[in-house]
Amino acid sequence: MAYSDKVIDHYQHPRNVGSFGTSKEVATRKDVGVGIVGAPECGDVMQLQIKVNDAGVIEDAKFKCFGCGSAIASSSLATEWIKGKSVDEALAIKNTQIVEELSLPPVKIHCSVLAEDSIRSAIADYKKKNGIAAATTQEASAH
Amino acid sequence: MAVKLPIYMDNAATTRTDPRVVEAMLPYFTEKFGNSASRNHKFGWEAEDAVDLAREQAAALIGASPKEIVWTSGSTESNNLAIKGAARMYARSPEGTKGRGHIIAAAHEHKAVLDPCKRLQNEGFDVTFLQPPADGVITRAMVAEAMREDTILVSIMWANNEIGTINEVPEIGALCHERGVIFHTDATQWVGKMPTDVEKDHIDLLSWSGHKMYGPKGVGALYVRRRNPRVRLEAIQDGGGHERGMRSGTLNVTGIVGFGKACEIALHEMDSERERLLNLRRKFERELSSRLEVTQVNGHADRRMPHILNISFGYVEGESLLMGIKDIACSSGSACTSASLEPSYVLKSLGVGDELAHSSLRLSLGRWSTEEEVDYAVEGIVKAVNHLRTMSPLWDLYKEGIDVSKIEWQTH
Repeated sequence: MAYSDKVIDHYQHPRNVGSFGTSKEVATRKDVGVGIVGAPECGDVMQLQIKVNDAGVIEDAKFKCFGCGSAIASSSLATEWIKGKSVDEALAIKNTQIVEELSLPPVKIHCSVLAEDSIRSAIADYKKKNGIAAATTQEASAH
Repeated sequence: MAVKLPIYMDNAATTRTDPRVVEAMLPYFTEKFGNSASRNHKFGWEAEDAVDLAREQAAALIGASPKEIVWTSGSTESNNLAIKGAARMYARSPEGTKGRGHIIAAAHEHKAVLDPCKRLQNEGFDVTFLQPPADGVITRAMVAEAMREDTILVSIMWANNEIGTINEVPEIGALCHERGVIFHTDATQWVGKMPTDVEKDHIDLLSWSGHKMYGPKGVGALYVRRRNPRVRLEAIQDGGGHERGMRSGTLNVTGIVGFGKACEIALHEMDSERERLLNLRRKFERELSSRLEVTQVNGHADRRMPHILNISFGYVEGESLLMGIKDIACSSGSACTSASLEPSYVLKSLGVGDELAHSSLRLSLGRWSTEEEVDYAVEGIVKAVNHLRTMSPLWDLYKEGIDVSKIEWQTH
């Protein structure tokens, strides 16, 4: 299968790979939201960590991904897009925008869905840690 | 020596046609283009002579008589003809009834065996699909245990195409002959690489293909035993009665010439080739396993074809690994390229976890593989696996001492 140039670029030069600490460390940090979606047996696991400042803006984002090239590219792109956005702005990102930007073929749409889910899941984690009502994130579990 | 890129390491999928084979074929396109069934002119006689020679070459490779070779379009057709043809011929009751007979096959057979068996199930036959053990080897004892009074056919592949494991074919063949059961083997990955003798190995029906042994694509053969017992098949393709009525259709003379030549070369060169490839594969395996943590060679440690290496790299997904080794042509057990999210059914049948199945590569060497290519591939794979592990959340969890299999994942 041929990949788009943008997928190849993200695969070769992934943006914002990393984390803000081990799973135990970030579990207690209130300024960090963690989203882990997917499952190893499905061949896709995405981990997104967001660092949110007092103004509710995503200052920094880091990802890790076990998955195909399209999954890596989707999560890499997601970190680029959410950095500098407010939490609510980030929630507005749709998987279809990722599909369009990376020219993902139909069999790879689930990669973009996972990336959207990882954003919602990380924000939900952040809100939960900070006691913010998670009304806008309820649909995250609908997928 | 400089390595020419890309490197071909997918010889279990198909092989390069040997230039000697191509040379043998060429006159049969433009000069000796006759129909081997034309009985009354020189063009026909030339073609028939060529087909007869190829039949001898093919028979010699497996210890058969030339009269026992039926030409087909490849292993898929040979398997279909053998399995459906034998089942329908030896059915214990007529079409439309139940209990027409019992068939035994392995769960990790190629789809070209599994799907004909499934079609026969719909036609009223009972099929037992034997679950292979963790090492992937189907033994005589496993088949013996599954045998019933109404068993009419056993089909067990000689060597598995994904993991290269070798089943106990001569032993299973002997068992079938003791019980009076027809025995078919899909020997696509075996013939031309390993010594084969249909008499000593007790085989009634044997499928193989040209393009897996440096011959052309689109041509295959089915060995059909003619005595002790004489095996009869119900044809699938009817027409001019070619191939003793078992497979009608004008013969692919050019392809058959190539198939015969490929058999002749294999017979002379397989011993030295096997030794050379085994050494290369062992080096490949040793280097990858020693330079990378959490690797697993899939299938039996020793009972394996010399040219096939199936290896999983923990916490790295196969398709992304292939992307990282673009100049090494090989395949992955990851199903990410298909619409389903299911990884290789062969690896799953051995009990390899889904996650390690997604992380597998099949590297298969061939006649033109060199040590330099293996060295190059080792470097490329080690680099790509390490790159992907720096990105893998599962690798982090593993490094933190967390058992990934114990986490409750949100599956889609």
